[in-house]
Amino acid sequence: MDFKLTEDQRMIKEEAKKFAQKRLAPLAQEFDEKEEIPKEIYKELSELGYMGMMLPEKYGGSNLDFISYILVMEEFAKACAALEISLSVHNSLVCDAIFQFGTEKQKEKYLPKLAKGEWIGAYSLTEPSAGTDAGSLKTTALLNKDYYLINGTKSFVTNGGIADLFVFFALTNPEAKSKGISCLLVEKNVESLNIGAKEKKMGIRGSDTRELSFEDCKIPKENLLGEQNHGLRIALTLLDSGRIGVGAQSVGIAQAALDEALEYSKQRVQFGQPICNFQAIQFKLADMATQIDAARLLVYRAAHLKSKNIRCSVEASMAKVFASEVANMVVNEAVQIHGGYGYMKEYAVERYFRDARVTEIYEGTSEAQRIVISKGLLK
Amino acid sequence: MNIVVCIKQVPDTETKIQINSDGSGIVTEGIKYVVNPYDEYALEEGVRLKEKFGGEVTVISLGPERAKEAIRNCLAVGADKGIHLNDPSFEGSDSYVTAKILAKAISEIPFDIILTGKQGVDFDNSQVFAYLANFLNLPFVSVVMDLELSSDLKSVTAKREGEGGEKEMIQIPLPAIIAAQKDLNQPRYASLPGIMKAKKKEIKNLTLSDLDFSADEVGEKGSRVKVKNYSLPPERKAGQIIQGEDPTEVCEILVKLLREEAKII
Repeated sequence: MDFKLTEDQRMIKEEAKKFAQKRLAPLAQEFDEKEEIPKEIYKELSELGYMGMMLPEKYGGSNLDFISYILVMEEFAKACAALEISLSVHNSLVCDAIFQFGTEKQKEKYLPKLAKGEWIGAYSLTEPSAGTDAGSLKTTALLNKDYYLINGTKSFVTNGGIADLFVFFALTNPEAKSKGISCLLVEKNVESLNIGAKEKKMGIRGSDTRELSFEDCKIPKENLLGEQNHGLRIALTLLDSGRIGVGAQSVGIAQAALDEALEYSKQRVQFGQPICNFQAIQFKLADMATQIDAARLLVYRAAHLKSKNIRCSVEASMAKVFASEVANMVVNEAVQIHGGYGYMKEYAVERYFRDARVTEIYEGTSEAQRIVISKGLLK
Repeated sequence: MNIVVCIKQVPDTETKIQINSDGSGIVTEGIKYVVNPYDEYALEEGVRLKEKFGGEVTVISLGPERAKEAIRNCLAVGADKGIHLNDPSFEGSDSYVTAKILAKAISEIPFDIILTGKQGVDFDNSQVFAYLANFLNLPFVSVVMDLELSSDLKSVTAKREGEGGEKEMIQIPLPAIIAAQKDLNQPRYASLPGIMKAKKKEIKNLTLSDLDFSADEVGEKGSRVKVKNYSLPPERKAGQIIQGEDPTEVCEILVKLLREEAKII
């Protein structure tokens, strides 16, 4: 057993931390207030290789292993959870979907653009009445000679308003239900795709979330990703990395909240001494640190399995559910340690508190994770 | 153009320095080491010169085994090669000896310009570049805020910050040594592909015998500065607040204190 990162992994983590702390952290509050992350930030990220993290050099990627990618995500989430999720979707759901399931032609067409950040990717599975129950999709994509005819509505699409390309799921065989789902690549400027208004969210407000609606929208046949009617397999394969990614995001938010609370507890004086002198505060800090460490180890364990291409659905779910619940416990305590100030927007913990909430919901709710874990136990 | 950048690995500027129990040094346990921030400006300038005029950037550093990591960081940012002056006997070298060893190593490679930081943020001696200029018999400009190469690449014009904050423009022929101030440029972040490529770049390890020194010429033995012991600066006393309702009364106390205790009026 070896808990040490490789030299590359260490350097990547340090450099991501440097960029995140110096460049992103000072802007995070502004992204949150304006509900927007400016394009220039994505341009900078592209120049530094963060838009094609795990893609091979051949497609303009940075060729990182999955553990390095997770380390970057953790550092970015510490600085700005909204940007982290945007990047996570782009890298692990969109780039990776095309890399794993695309034809060589599709790879050549899309991956260099995505890796260079010329295009941003979004992932669209959820529908108004199909969340955890992905089998009840209603959107249809019916093959008609050389094109698919798409009708339906997709909700909560991360990067919806800034994306140029959507990895998109719909029923190609409605009777077969979940065995009739296919994955399609939809370009933004296709006719009859209507991108809705920006959703107003509780947290991760810098990330752009939209509804998409399709009305007799025609997508060329060659935009099918993978095999027809085998889309669910793609969705499920991508879920693992998405979940480990949210686990890393949770750990990042939690660590940022602990760091703030720790610092605050040393500065804040009550009853004539810094509040960190009080055992009630010390024990909170101790529990937060211990829980974060446990969450981090679960996330790294799942990332390690993923990087070795070992099946890790249960481990990914464990990491995700544990880390997201730890994050919510930790941000709650961080606000508590800050007292009234923690409820004010001037203090970063207020944002962490809002940002953390979604980690228990997206990429599979905590309940969905527990289903995966218990199925693993009972099989 | 052959560009040499001298760098030093130093404790991260956020390190809380502690002195060890016998006062012979600092507690190194748990310290995170980074590339000296002033050297980052030197490196950035070197990489920009390479991008503009072509050539090669060689990073050179004297330090223990861990200094390789700092060299590797520079390779990730865009330097082409590294030289690590790495020998147990080098430990404890003062600025004079450090410059002597650097000079020897640099004199064996081609160079047109040598860039350094204006000082290391650990000991803040600000001496190595001047000693180095002396050993290599080269002109130097320190505390450089702006640098321009002549079009024939035969000279540089450097803007430096003088003692009283005044700006001086100095032109010197190449090869020369330039010691960077923080306004020289905005150092870039290492890109992920840059980091991935850094491990494939060569870092040459040079020891005492490679450089033809004897052990008593280097390290503490060869040094002219002997450190007797380390101590932390005294803690600053807390400020004093003069209480009182009547401003005249308060002022009288203040004047009295400034005259008798602070002795500044």
